[in-house]
Amino acid sequence: MADTTVPTGHGHDEDSSRRDFLLTSTVVVGGAGVIAAALPFIDYMNPSADVLALASLEFDLSGVEEGQSITVMWRKKPVFIRRRTSTEIKEAEEVPLSQLKDPQPDSERVEKPEWLVMVGICTHLGCIPKGQAPGDPKGEYGGWFCPCHGSHYDTSGRIRKGPAPRNLEVPPYEFTGDTTILIG
Amino acid sequence: MSAPQWKNPVVKWIDHRLPIFTMTHHSLVDYPTPRNLSYWWSFGSLAGVILVIMIATGVFLAMHYTPHVDLAFDSVERIMRDVNFGWLLRYLHMNGASMFFLVVYIHIFRGLYYGSYKAPRELLWIIGLLIFLAMMATAFVGYTLPWGQMSFWGATVITNLFSVIPFFGDAIVEWLWGGFAVDNPTLNRFFSLHYLLPFIIFGLVFLHLWALHEHKSNNPLGIDIKGPQDTIPFHPYYTVKDFFGLGVFLIIYLGFTFFAPNFFGEPDNYIEANALVTPAHIVPEWYFLPFYAILRAVPDNFIDVWGILPVIVSAKTAGVILMFGSIVLLAFLPWLDRSRVRSAKFRPVYKYLFWLFFADCILLGYVGGQPAEGLMLLIGRLATLYYFVHLLVFMPLLGKFEKAAPLPESISAAVTSAGAKA
Repeated sequence: MADTTVPTGHGHDEDSSRRDFLLTSTVVVGGAGVIAAALPFIDYMNPSADVLALASLEFDLSGVEEGQSITVMWRKKPVFIRRRTSTEIKEAEEVPLSQLKDPQPDSERVEKPEWLVMVGICTHLGCIPKGQAPGDPKGEYGGWFCPCHGSHYDTSGRIRKGPAPRNLEVPPYEFTGDTTILIG
Repeated sequence: MSAPQWKNPVVKWIDHRLPIFTMTHHSLVDYPTPRNLSYWWSFGSLAGVILVIMIATGVFLAMHYTPHVDLAFDSVERIMRDVNFGWLLRYLHMNGASMFFLVVYIHIFRGLYYGSYKAPRELLWIIGLLIFLAMMATAFVGYTLPWGQMSFWGATVITNLFSVIPFFGDAIVEWLWGGFAVDNPTLNRFFSLHYLLPFIIFGLVFLHLWALHEHKSNNPLGIDIKGPQDTIPFHPYYTVKDFFGLGVFLIIYLGFTFFAPNFFGEPDNYIEANALVTPAHIVPEWYFLPFYAILRAVPDNFIDVWGILPVIVSAKTAGVILMFGSIVLLAFLPWLDRSRVRSAKFRPVYKYLFWLFFADCILLGYVGGQPAEGLMLLIGRLATLYYFVHLLVFMPLLGKFEKAAPLPESISAAVTSAGAKA
């Protein structure tokens, strides 16, 4: 093929090292570009600003009497808020940790002993335990009872009996006033 | 072309059962390509890249979009304001549509100039036109989705075109709408179709490439490949060339996306659809303007004067027929063009007629964007007339009367110094 002008190169080694350099740098720069382009696509699926705007919510608890419970929605999940009676607080505080499946003192689970705040989702398979309404079954330990597979929670929301592995989750919260609470 | 020897045992195992690596190697690496392709040949692969970008951004946009008349407009605004990088993905998709048409129009005019539609590539050309039609349908239904004023009234006007079909017209329009006006059922089905059609385009692109690889690319000389001396392997020569073209394209595309994202759009489409108020001046997106000009070109009294089927064919009907005809006619171009010479380089008359035709299409596009009255209407009519005269009169006659310049002996003879000296 005398009439072709496909370059054969002068110094073969020099040429192939230049070619390697070009190939490697093209792949590196192109790869970096593809990754940089992919990041916005990945972030696009994260919670959006309007969803995040509702991630922290303030609630007014002034209407809740001692012994009453309310359920509020936070991040699309039910949150149980119970104003505990002194008997319930005493019960929760006096249980020896050795009797607990997921040992945790009551003091670690509350900001103020009077107010118990928990995500109302059973740690077994995600059902909502009974025990919020006055007529509900409260389980063998006077707290909550999950009807799906029979998990019993005590007055601190700790798992005492049944298949659930962990205590009811306590969400991050703080009291912004005597009876106002900011969850999240 | 010998089959490549695979060293990696996994690749070897798969390739022995499903020769996907060998196939890819033959069509992207050692694929013999004419050695004289110019940058005008980069626009095909560029269109393929944009198709992928459009599908990727579109799939993600659909994750946050709600196809309901009460929620669609707000969901798009939410994508723009609240969703992470939503503005970026939407602007990429919006401007990507314009870029897709720009690139495909250049690709089509490239084919027209260099006679790429002629034997044995007629079917390749026709599949390309089917892709173009599917693109137009996709773009039209997609433009309805943001549910702005232009979305709504564009959808109303274009679906009403089908009312010209004799006897069944009104029934067909109601069937398209799923109601008595453009409404929620229309929006739902347009969303469904907008998600479906790109994958049909993808399938058509596969056929387009299959047909292309059967007879290989045409080239600026328009002469056949005569042997291996006329070709170079696709990789690295044209991968590098196409990548460079892609880089230049991305600068332009991202330039619009970041610095003038609404350049191609209509401000009216940021007003939510209102079935009681028509915008003062309805214009389609720029890529439809030439066809819009043809649609409006037929004078009301034209049919009376000529007396052709005056009962069925009104001016409105004739406009619709001409508009669809302007695309359908292109499918017959391989047979309307009687010249055996492909490239305009060697056709002294066609070389100029091509540019006249190109200018005519640009003029039609300009007229399509102006109100249909006075001088603009007259210019639109003449430009429409010229469009059809070019395809139906000039192309067949040229083949008879034009004296083509002598063709080079071979691609390699024409483009290499060794060949030039010989």
